[in-house]
Amino acid sequence: MAGAKEIRGQIKSIKNTQKITKAMEMVAASKMRKAQDRMLETRPYAEKIRQVIGHVAMANAEYRHPYLIEREAHRVGIIVISTDRGLCGGLNVNLFKKTAQTMKEWQAQGAEIDLCLVGSKAQQFFRRMGGNVVANVANLGDKPRLSDLIGPIKAMLSAYDEGRIDRLILVENEFVNTMTQRPRVTKLLPVEPAEEPSLEHHWDYIYEPDTAPVLDTLLTRYIESVVYQAVVENVACEMAARMVAMKSASDNAGDLIDELQLVYNKARQAAITQEISEIVSGAAAV
Amino acid sequence: MSMTFHVDIVSAEESIFSGTAHMLVAPAEHGEVGILPRHSQYVSLLKPGEVRIRLSDSGEEQNIYISGGVLEVQPHVVTVLADTAIRAKDLDEAEALEAKRRAEDALANQRADFDYARAQSELAEAAARLRMIQKLRRSSSQQ
Repeated sequence: MAGAKEIRGQIKSIKNTQKITKAMEMVAASKMRKAQDRMLETRPYAEKIRQVIGHVAMANAEYRHPYLIEREAHRVGIIVISTDRGLCGGLNVNLFKKTAQTMKEWQAQGAEIDLCLVGSKAQQFFRRMGGNVVANVANLGDKPRLSDLIGPIKAMLSAYDEGRIDRLILVENEFVNTMTQRPRVTKLLPVEPAEEPSLEHHWDYIYEPDTAPVLDTLLTRYIESVVYQAVVENVACEMAARMVAMKSASDNAGDLIDELQLVYNKARQAAITQEISEIVSGAAAV
Repeated sequence: MSMTFHVDIVSAEESIFSGTAHMLVAPAEHGEVGILPRHSQYVSLLKPGEVRIRLSDSGEEQNIYISGGVLEVQPHVVTVLADTAIRAKDLDEAEALEAKRRAEDALANQRADFDYARAQSELAEAAARLRMIQKLRRSSSQQ
């Protein structure tokens, strides 16, 4: 019976694993829903601010903010947004592949690269791969707060202000749907102002205190809100990817249990048959 | 005809208020401003303080505290883009330095910092070596 007993132990341990993966799947599912709601809540701010910037930039031709001017790219800042924890399928790996590819493209054009990392998985990856990391932040949790992101964003923005970087790029995961998350590369700086749909309304605002500080604040807030949105979206992606990964893990565990159950039954049957034949042959000998 | 306008107060993290109002008072950079319907187009930075809205349906006044932001007035829509935290230039600067310091720390402490991935692979290697030694010992003792 030794074989059968071993198999029984194996089945039990797989069942325990399956319980854990099932629980993780359910937790991820409920967290994903919350993250999606949060994703929607962040949208009005970004949309609104983009409209205002578009309008201000359009109405004020004489004042050109440095964030709106295209410069030749000698040095590129890349913000990479990853998760803090693993067990979420290929989410981070795909993102890092895309990042590496983007980095290679810029390097081919002769630009150097500064990295700003969000999430501990990115830190782990770039510690091994190397790269000039100028700012990082991790352990944002499931409800990321904008105040945690201000520091790293400010570091990148002041690098842009001082001319240490000429482009700012964001690499993040796009939440397409529960099954699909796609890495996406977005250009943050210089900002491309939104095209006003109705150009015939050509009115200008009254500014207080002045155009420059207003535009300055708006553009900073805009970049922050885009990065914040990306971080929130990344949480939704993480949860969706984890849910899918855990679901397939649970399914695989189920398959494994079925197979082992079959082997176990056979082993048990064989043991019983052997015992009977032993008894029978023993009785015959007597 | 009663005159009203639509008010949206949004922050980067959530939408705080949305509704119609008779009047709105906001703490602008150069002192409080009151916005009435048909105010001309106006953009202003806001200081931390209270935004007071006189609601059109009940006539009640609602107070919302904001920690700074931007006020935008369009013919029929007033938007307050509220900050989520009190912001000041030196405060932001300190945060930026902190983020930089973390990055430098992570680089400097590559050895001291407990790197799980590397530790795991080293452990696996050590275990494999140990198994090999044990196997060799067993086979040599049998001979």
